[in-house]
Amino acid sequence: MAAHAPTAPRRRWGSTVAGLLVLAVMLFPLYWMLNTALQPDSGLLQVDPVPSGLDLSGFSKALGDQGGHLLTSLVVSFGAVAICLAVAAPAAYGLARFGLRGSRTIVFGTLITQMVPGIVIANALYNSYVDLGLVNSYFGLMLADASLGIPFAIVLMRSFMVSIPGEVVEAAEIDGAGPVRVFLRVVLPMSRNAVITSGLFAFLFAWSDFMFALTLNTTDDVKPVTLGIYQYIGAHVGDWGSVMAASVLSAVPAAALLVLAQKYIAAGITGGSVK
Amino acid sequence: MTTSTAPAPAKAPRKAAAPGPDRARRRRLAQWGFVAPAVVFMLLFFGYPLVRNVVMSFQHYTPKTFFTGEAPFNGTDNWSSVFQDALFGKALWHTLLFTAGSLLGQFCVGLALAVFFNRRFPLGGVLRSLILLPWLVPMVVSGIVWRRILDQDTGVLNTFLDTLGLGGNTPWLTSPDMALLSVILVNIWIGIPFNMVILYGGLQEIPKELYEAAALDGASAWRTFRSVTLPMLKPVITVVLVLGFMSTVKILDLILALTDGGPADATQTLGTLTYQNSFVELDFGAGAVVGNVLILISAVFAVFYLRANRTEGK
Repeated sequence: MAAHAPTAPRRRWGSTVAGLLVLAVMLFPLYWMLNTALQPDSGLLQVDPVPSGLDLSGFSKALGDQGGHLLTSLVVSFGAVAICLAVAAPAAYGLARFGLRGSRTIVFGTLITQMVPGIVIANALYNSYVDLGLVNSYFGLMLADASLGIPFAIVLMRSFMVSIPGEVVEAAEIDGAGPVRVFLRVVLPMSRNAVITSGLFAFLFAWSDFMFALTLNTTDDVKPVTLGIYQYIGAHVGDWGSVMAASVLSAVPAAALLVLAQKYIAAGITGGSVK
Repeated sequence: MTTSTAPAPAKAPRKAAAPGPDRARRRRLAQWGFVAPAVVFMLLFFGYPLVRNVVMSFQHYTPKTFFTGEAPFNGTDNWSSVFQDALFGKALWHTLLFTAGSLLGQFCVGLALAVFFNRRFPLGGVLRSLILLPWLVPMVVSGIVWRRILDQDTGVLNTFLDTLGLGGNTPWLTSPDMALLSVILVNIWIGIPFNMVILYGGLQEIPKELYEAAALDGASAWRTFRSVTLPMLKPVITVVLVLGFMSTVKILDLILALTDGGPADATQTLGTLTYQNSFVELDFGAGAVVGNVLILISAVFAVFYLRANRTEGK
């Protein structure tokens, strides 16, 4: 559309073909991951371009070795999402609406957190976690992973909540609802999309986390799948089939969310960063 | 700019509107209750590490520290020993190359794809959203997949190049001369979707009339791109580059998964060096020094970010 002269349908399908080629190149590594996973016997040899059959033994081995770690990832990620939303949603509302003194500074600080490198946080956090006994604990990792999503969630939800008409809130207040009630009954339901987007991203950030898993754990007690796979290649250099099968499994949530929650993902990437 | 309408029409019946100073204070307190947890959380997880890293960089940590709890202050010993180590200079240089190379590649390809997808064509929307997938896969996992693809002897890239008669024996990750370039290329692949989506969003905001006017003036496609698209896109470009910088300069996952900083420290960056100092050698003082340098570099760019954010106009 736009300025381009009304293109003939054939040329537009030409773009589709070009687009498919681009997609093929971009997704090739992911295809190769799946392809390698389905050829567990190839080991260290070359992998055929297409699997000859449906050999799922790599997957069953990966599930056996990494199933627990997948579960750990799931638990930690959900925990992180819960902490993230519980902390960020009220703050977003407070910053959007109450006009508190210092609100601007807080929003500013929230934006600034993006410049603090994770490894620097880990460096200091590890020492405090040792003192607090949070090393190798689910709760400790959940807290650290929640920190990945909180600034993003505050910025995103706040920019949405600012646009909630003041009359709606005031009407509820006149009916005698206190601030907590207004927040839970009126503001949160109205901000549903922003909350879902924030939650999804908090999940993806926590699920993808590798650094905190690597640095805040010294034993095998709390090992998410990212760390599990990383250590897997150290120990199973010859067994690329299972490593790739585990990688496929770890990529499933991302793929599922992209398909099921596409609009939230797109909204999150643009909304969270261009604010 | 909250339009705080005066305390509601007088006949608010049930809750007597007694706006005494006591009530106002209680109200303020309740309001702070909403914000306080987040403030405390961010102070603990972002503010405190900043301060603590500065302090730690003047302390002597050894593997024994975690049993004895003793990390005596040692002046500027950590700083001078880190700066005297040739590895630090190398890591700094690699960090700059890695960041600049990644950003350049991600941005150029991302922009090209954004422009491409900005034209309407059948299935364009579906293809555009599927391209996001590489960005959503955990970075460490992408790194491991690429490690297999780039394997010198049996990786598919060399096999493919071999079939084309283009050599096909490139030691992508095992040669100190190639490794950093390979890591940059992989990171470009990872960053393209992010750049594309944001730039695409920016393109969509450009009023169509501008293009119509340019077309009326008989401007060529390239001319239109240079005189309409780029200037209009500038705020978004700044944001994309600055956010890209801040997330690229600190990357650790990808490098550990691809090369572990090797071979012969050829892919060691400030991020991996911090990790190695602190968590491999348990010299948290030295790690803190490198980490502080990393923060300093980020801080310089944070200034750009904030300025960009301000011009963005909120």
